[in-house]
Amino acid sequence: MRYVVAKDSREAVALLNTGENARLLAGGTDVLVQMKLGNKAPSLLVDIKAIIGFSDISAENGGFRIGAAVSGAEMGEHAGLKAMWPGVVEAVELIGSTQVQGRATMVGNLCNGSPAADAVPAMLAAGAVARIEGPSGTRDMQVADLLEGPGKTKLGKAELISSVYLPARPERSGDAYLRFIPRTEMDIAVASAGVNLVLDENGCVLEATVALGAVAPTAVMVPNAGAALVGSPLEEQALEACAAACEAACNPIDDKRGTVEFRTKIAGVMATRAAKIAYTRAGGQL
Amino acid sequence: MSKIHITTQVNGDAVEFLCEPDETLLDVLRDRLNLTGAKEGCGTGDCGACSVTLNGRLVASCLVLGAEVAGSEIETVEGVGTADALHPVQQHLLDHAALQCGICTPGIIVAAKALLLQNPNPSEEEVRYWLAGNLCRCTGYDKIIRAVLSAAAEMRGENA
Amino acid sequence: MKQDFKILGTRPIRPDGLDKVTGKAMFGSDKSVTGMLHARILRSPHAHAEIVSIDTSKAEALAGVKAVITGDDFADVENRWARYTMQNCMAQGRALYDGHAVAAVAAISKTVAAEALKLIEVEYKILPHVTDVDEAMAPGAPVLHEGVKARKLGDDVSGNTVGYYSFGHGDIEAGFANAELVIDRTFKTAAVHQGYIEPHGCLADLGGDGRGELWCSTQGHYMVREVCSEILGIDSSQLRVTASEIGGGFGGKTTVFIEPVALKLSQKAGKPVKLVMSREEVFRASGPTMSASMDIKIGMTKAGKITGAHAKLRYQGGAFPYQMVMMGAMSAFAAYDLEHVQAEGWDVMTNRPKMISYRAPGAPMAVYAVESVMDELCQKLELDPIDTRLMNAAREGTKSSYGPTFKAIGLVEALEAAKAHPHYSAPLAPNTGRGVSCGFWFNFGGQVSVSMAINADGTVNLIEGNPDIGGSRASISMMAAEALGIEYDRIRTIVGDTASVGFSDVTDGSRVTFAVGIATINAANAAIKEMCKRAAKIWEIDAEAVEWVDGAAQPSGHNAGNFPPMSLAEIAATSGKTGGPIAGHHEGAPDKAGVSFGVHMVDVEVDPETGFTSIKRYTAFQDVGKAIHPAYVEGQIQGGAVQGIGWALNEEYIYGEDGLLQNPGFLDYRIPVASDLPMIDAVIIEVPNPGHPYGVRGCGETAIVPPLAAVSNGVAQAIGVRMFELPMSPPKILKAL
Repeated sequence: MRYVVAKDSREAVALLNTGENARLLAGGTDVLVQMKLGNKAPSLLVDIKAIIGFSDISAENGGFRIGAAVSGAEMGEHAGLKAMWPGVVEAVELIGSTQVQGRATMVGNLCNGSPAADAVPAMLAAGAVARIEGPSGTRDMQVADLLEGPGKTKLGKAELISSVYLPARPERSGDAYLRFIPRTEMDIAVASAGVNLVLDENGCVLEATVALGAVAPTAVMVPNAGAALVGSPLEEQALEACAAACEAACNPIDDKRGTVEFRTKIAGVMATRAAKIAYTRAGGQL
Repeated sequence: MSKIHITTQVNGDAVEFLCEPDETLLDVLRDRLNLTGAKEGCGTGDCGACSVTLNGRLVASCLVLGAEVAGSEIETVEGVGTADALHPVQQHLLDHAALQCGICTPGIIVAAKALLLQNPNPSEEEVRYWLAGNLCRCTGYDKIIRAVLSAAAEMRGENA
Repeated sequence: MKQDFKILGTRPIRPDGLDKVTGKAMFGSDKSVTGMLHARILRSPHAHAEIVSIDTSKAEALAGVKAVITGDDFADVENRWARYTMQNCMAQGRALYDGHAVAAVAAISKTVAAEALKLIEVEYKILPHVTDVDEAMAPGAPVLHEGVKARKLGDDVSGNTVGYYSFGHGDIEAGFANAELVIDRTFKTAAVHQGYIEPHGCLADLGGDGRGELWCSTQGHYMVREVCSEILGIDSSQLRVTASEIGGGFGGKTTVFIEPVALKLSQKAGKPVKLVMSREEVFRASGPTMSASMDIKIGMTKAGKITGAHAKLRYQGGAFPYQMVMMGAMSAFAAYDLEHVQAEGWDVMTNRPKMISYRAPGAPMAVYAVESVMDELCQKLELDPIDTRLMNAAREGTKSSYGPTFKAIGLVEALEAAKAHPHYSAPLAPNTGRGVSCGFWFNFGGQVSVSMAINADGTVNLIEGNPDIGGSRASISMMAAEALGIEYDRIRTIVGDTASVGFSDVTDGSRVTFAVGIATINAANAAIKEMCKRAAKIWEIDAEAVEWVDGAAQPSGHNAGNFPPMSLAEIAATSGKTGGPIAGHHEGAPDKAGVSFGVHMVDVEVDPETGFTSIKRYTAFQDVGKAIHPAYVEGQIQGGAVQGIGWALNEEYIYGEDGLLQNPGFLDYRIPVASDLPMIDAVIIEVPNPGHPYGVRGCGETAIVPPLAAVSNGVAQAIGVRMFELPMSPPKILKAL
């Protein structure tokens, strides 16, 4: 195996395009584990941490652009980002231990393609946009449109994500992410939910986006769950309808981490609980 | 596979080494620099026994490549304190009998020191969550948590 | 029995502490030597398969590979238990479980060794497999080894059933006839792993002349020496084994998994070989404990008196014959004074890794099942769980359910302490339940050797033969200091290698503080006798006229003479002129170990929407006889309790239909993490063991026994539904709700 530090994204793309079995290295908390367990054996590792801008969190058009090499710990320490998108930040901060937080990146979490990736439902709910660099240049794409299946994204050959943009948001908005794990830490989500809400002046939900993780081959948007909340001050009936919509959207698997039945039930619970947190963050009073 | 030459700093000393491209920082520390304080409990970032700081940031050294650390500052348990000048975390772990077998202890020390640098007055819950990635199978964590809290109190100048 | 202690009961810093907080302590994988090779083991990807052929030629041809071995490299071993151990280390003919070793390589680097593994070609013929205990015991199951079925068993059980035991007395049917309520339940518990953080690691150097050096992480380096020398056919005197610092064992390092392989590779390559398991290998191929299927039937009067009790325990212990259900059957009802009781047990083989002891092996699951039924009886009869246990509690003079009559024991004291503790009367929050359980474990004496040298400067060197797994060098030093009457820090205790002190049994059975303690006291007494002799010589009086008081020799009375006391340091300083070096040693097999009882109390909260159980408060009471170093005693109790919590809630070996282990890593084998837990209050109770000069009982294992039922009983109260299976993972609880 070769290890190469890419100086800029053009070089990184070129290295991905050599025909070698190349993998990108940012935080490494997925790829090094896969190599250790023998699941992946790349012939070329392209380190993208030295690329200018990749390690930056920058304000842009009222939102924030988060570079592909920004660690979870760095996102958690960014007061402005945390104030604007607390749900996305808490989702990223749930990935692994404190030690893993020192390295793991939100973009890596997305590119790894796990249906249970913590950051992804939160990014979906937030309407995050990925900036993609590839042989034919730069393009932007909704994170929601990038998801493909377990271990897969819709990135093309030799494409990489250089950053993710979290848009500006109106007043009276808030997001939240919750996952269920069997312990309090150190587990992969069994079911999870990201919720992003905008309230009107009366504390009723104006806009709601709900996304679920670990209950389908990819994280999924659940428009019906969001719709169930719109117009409500998050009263019990709306939450029940939201949970029911979530359960209906589930298409999980039985595995060592949870049963179909359990995942389906828990997804609704996580969504309604996350909705309440997002609602409070948006200034709503429960 | 040709080796990569790396110059970096470990526990305040300039060091250089040759490593394979896929060799982890943990392997480099243990096999090439003879610093066996960091332990491999899992090799997959799940146990925390290999904790070190990399440019002040707490990381699992099994999830960092040796090739990645050129020009960095690394601290391992061997750099935290010496026999005659123990760090308060080390001293309080001893005083509280907070180690039994001692295999997780180096990782706990590095992690706890990193916590107290950024949060001098953590709650019990904060200590427990910060150390959630440092598995200990002997102690049930009770005495470790107490030791870290009392080390924090001492470092704040309070009577522990 | 001695009661007023100067050193015992204090909390000094352990002798190995500084090395362990500065990263200096050397564990199994921390040692390297020049010219050393790195070894790796190839493991079976099948649950059960015939090894049709192994072609190692390509691996051997790879540059940098110095030795490749398979099962064919090991000669047959006469002793069948040693043969099973050997065949567990390296398969011969058949791979018996997912992860079973089939070949090994030694090469100049880890990278080359890993490459070489890929070049070994193994042709397997898949055979039917079985991993569940009830399926494996049923007639018609694939049988792991022919001809090893327990003799007294009939055709109603399969050939995998390698052991049957029954303990008890009275007439259980008569007992049930006297009951006003009989509850009969079936329970299942998953196999769990000891989960030590240090993977097995060793460094072996075995020359062609049969002389060898072995450095390894083990609970018993004499055991390693005996087993390895037998497997390799060399004299045990020629194999020197040094125990490294040990990064946890909990019973899992009371056998060998890799040492014979490393020695064989070293012998073949003619170089030192380092072999370290990966975490995945630890889970797939080192010993978990048994999984269990159990029927428990208990009858009780309305007043709470147990009239009869019957347990049927079916344990699976993996791919080789083993004997461990016996301990479960002996422990099941040990807490109670019963007129009519029977506990039966069956040991069963399956296509899983060979079991090895895990802290109080066999007891936690049996006691879980019994204490669950006890709790249900109390619930249905509206009885207080502690009062009911007190009414039935075993005490001094009780004929135990497994035979012997108990000497002084502390169960009643532990129950009374639990009842009086503020925890028991604290109010409970919604969705919260409080569970209580008793627990029991034996103590073991066993063979032990201690050698003690009194140095001319008044300090003492002590060599013992038992690896120190949780601070025993501190407690041994304390007992030596107490016996000699000197300060703790004048003593340096080390764990000697197999060439430096006599044979010592494995560090297990909660035996070290008890047995090494007795040997230490006896060695000190031997040294004291000699020191008294030296003083007598100086004073020119009879040696019998000198006694040892507070660390000094003094004439035993006015008639003996009028001399000021002579301290140990003073006697030692002149030892060169009074007859040479002064030492004491003791070799023996103390057999008066006392049993240990504990009572645990836990408050659990269950999230009714997710089935998630959290531990809100935990208090553990345990009779430890005499706490030599109370902080390390508390540590044993706290650590055992948390391992039991893990067993109750989330830990399990998960096998698929294919017989492959699905969770060989700390990510999905979920041991408790710091944020899962509250503080664990350990309440030490001291009812001295009459069989030890200081009253010591082993304290290491009992604490893992009560948590399983305590947590389950708490869950039952919190959700109003009783669970009959461990772990009580959230999907199971939510389903039950």
